Amino acid sequence: MKTLPRTDAVIVGGGWAGLLMAKELGARTALSVVVLERGGPHKASDYSEGMDEVDYAVRLRMMQDASRETVTFRPTAKHRALPIRQFGSFLPGTGTGGAGEHWTGLTPRFMPDCFELHTRTVERYGAKRLPANHAIQDWGVTYGELEPFYTRAEKLLGVSGKSGVNPFEGPRSAEYPTPPMRLPYFPSLIAGAARSLGYHPAPTPSANLSTAYRNPDGMVRPACQYCGFCERFGCMVGAKAQPTNTLLPVIARQKGVTIRTGTDVRRVLHRDGKATGVLFRDAAGDEVFQPADIVLLASWTLNNTRLLLLSKIGEPYDPATGRGQVGRNLTHQVNTRGFLLFFDRPLNRFMGAGACGVTISDLDGDCFDHTSLDFLRGAAVNANALGHPPIRSFGVVPPSVKATWGTEWKRAAMESFDRTANLGISGEHLAYTTNYMDIDPTYRDVHGDPLLRLTISWNDNDRNLIRHVTAKMTEVARAAGAREVSAPPLSPYDVMSYKSTHIQGGTIMGASPATSVLNPWLQHWQMANLFVLGGSSFPQNPSGNPTLTILAQTLRTADALIGRYLRQPGPLM
Amino acid sequence: MRRRRFLTISTTAVGGTLIYTLDRTPLRVHAQAGRKIRVPLRYFDERGALVVAAAAARIFPSDSSGPGASEAGVIVYIDRQLAGPYGRDRYRYVQPPFEEGLPEQGYQGKATPREIYREGVPLLGQEFDSLPPADQDRKLRAIETTLFFRLLRQNTIEGMFCDPMHGGNADLIGWQLIGYPGPHMSWSNEIDRHYGEPYRPRPRSLSDVLGHPVKPWEDSE
Repeated sequence: MKTLPRTDAVIVGGGWAGLLMAKELGARTALSVVVLERGGPHKASDYSEGMDEVDYAVRLRMMQDASRETVTFRPTAKHRALPIRQFGSFLPGTGTGGAGEHWTGLTPRFMPDCFELHTRTVERYGAKRLPANHAIQDWGVTYGELEPFYTRAEKLLGVSGKSGVNPFEGPRSAEYPTPPMRLPYFPSLIAGAARSLGYHPAPTPSANLSTAYRNPDGMVRPACQYCGFCERFGCMVGAKAQPTNTLLPVIARQKGVTIRTGTDVRRVLHRDGKATGVLFRDAAGDEVFQPADIVLLASWTLNNTRLLLLSKIGEPYDPATGRGQVGRNLTHQVNTRGFLLFFDRPLNRFMGAGACGVTISDLDGDCFDHTSLDFLRGAAVNANALGHPPIRSFGVVPPSVKATWGTEWKRAAMESFDRTANLGISGEHLAYTTNYMDIDPTYRDVHGDPLLRLTISWNDNDRNLIRHVTAKMTEVARAAGAREVSAPPLSPYDVMSYKSTHIQGGTIMGASPATSVLNPWLQHWQMANLFVLGGSSFPQNPSGNPTLTILAQTLRTADALIGRYLRQPGPLM
Repeated sequence: MRRRRFLTISTTAVGGTLIYTLDRTPLRVHAQAGRKIRVPLRYFDERGALVVAAAAARIFPSDSSGPGASEAGVIVYIDRQLAGPYGRDRYRYVQPPFEEGLPEQGYQGKATPREIYREGVPLLGQEFDSLPPADQDRKLRAIETTLFFRLLRQNTIEGMFCDPMHGGNADLIGWQLIGYPGPHMSWSNEIDRHYGEPYRPRPRSLSDVLGHPVKPWEDSE
């Protein structure tokens, strides 16, 4: 084993969270910082040849290589877990920038009560309304404490939007940095119909960028061209904020920060309750030890959790006894992409951007009274024009057509192709004692390390929530002119159909070390020189897309680390 | 090295037509009744290619609503995909044990796409391509629930609507059929116009837009 020279800080993972932390440390301290990224290098100019659906959206050219490492899945502890042999329900990114390169760019803030979910729910409805197997808890940070960091994160990305339209949005200390994206036909239909029925559609906050923008670091990005290649693609013109166009050029000028790609981190080493560095395998297959004073994990939810389990840091969660913390509160998002609207007019859906349209929050969170309903919380409803990739979109026919191939199907599918739209229902996913992560006893990765095992299934609250929201939104769809609507009930959790890449939990933050891995500064409760960044810290998953919150939390941790920890290394609580 | 294999098809069957040779040189073939062209095959032998092409042509038929899998060259697309990393499961997790799971756990089989085709094509019979369409449809209906059929249906849609650099969607026939314009660098001037009216710009391929050829993933390894 080779040992490298000691570094002040090592960051595992070169996506949004890892590179933002690197940039902050590089700009504001004299620390030496090493970022270890297991994928290859990406840069902003890589994407001009990338507008190809087969390679990028179907064969998933930019995603984690499942042949090397995946996770296993079972619906409940009674089932045998089997490997997710091809990613489907979520798509882990890889390489510099991670999933931040091929994200859609929806950047809502979470609603204030999400951060105090347990307290607020019990206050309003009483503890008996919580599901029997719930694991809901407060975050240990409030919206008010996070607000200044939300504002900084929005300025970093240049988020497009407009305040004062969505009455359910938390208080803001600043207007959105750029005006809303332009409004394509389909979202305009939904916005009009929703308003006529008393809802409050508002521009979807977007990191796709409505106008050219210069951020506080001097990074200049052009306006979105609405080419329709956002989701699963890197941006061809650099309008969509990506780590490679927002952070990487700043880091490249910093002397203290080094990024090493092709490095598979396998363990965090530790002694006497202190992390001593990380062990990785480099591109040549050699084992390398990188000693460091501070270790920061930013390798996405699943890998953050797996690294703690494999490194034997903290106590693994045991669902039978409720003891242990690492792996608990696995959440996804209660999304249904099968909510389809069939119109009699063409929608010109090939034009668009990842976050380009309207969001309806009236049926989200606790924005409506749940007293006489059979579920808690709700869903964000997004009417966006994402572009309309023909391979993944073709073949959808109204429920009245039964054929799936041949002349009748072809004719119906051609007719439906540009007259069909999906209304995105993104439901809040509560935490349950029965949804969690641990180490798989059977399957291994390319290095021989055991895979992470996911145990997850939907609960009644999730099914009832989708039933309620799709029924309400079917009224909106009809008012918007849809002649047929397909609103299927929530089907059992599966690993094939895409939901979102918003898997959270496993190393959650909280107010007590008994029920969380991290303190509210994303610092490990027991190991003070270990920090864990990203969605793995979310105790449960609000309905909104997580990236802006991940960035805000990373900035808050960076401030605490630079302002307090470096002066006096030790627990921040 | 194995002998080169070719698929001989009638040019009337392939639209306009632009076909790429193995070294990625575009070869433009104009439809002339009765002329034959030879397409180099990477994976199938000619018999297998004819059977798969005929099956794809029933899934996405050429009929009064427009051209289908034959004109788009879907078989060329499928042949190249099977010859490339996808066909041999280069990026799928293929560590044992292989156990039968719940439907929600996804495909757990050991067979690669190549192997699924190798086992599936004989189900259609050696002479499938010369059967009358009604008989072909009967045979396909009998295997509708097989993994092979589901894969063939999916690959047929891919070959209809892929960028032509992958071998299918010859002369952008698939995109013309559904009014999809392909990749364009900007719709800034159009994004909030044409409400309720069809806006159908002339389709362009990725290499048309960039002004130079692009190497698809299946050719890069």
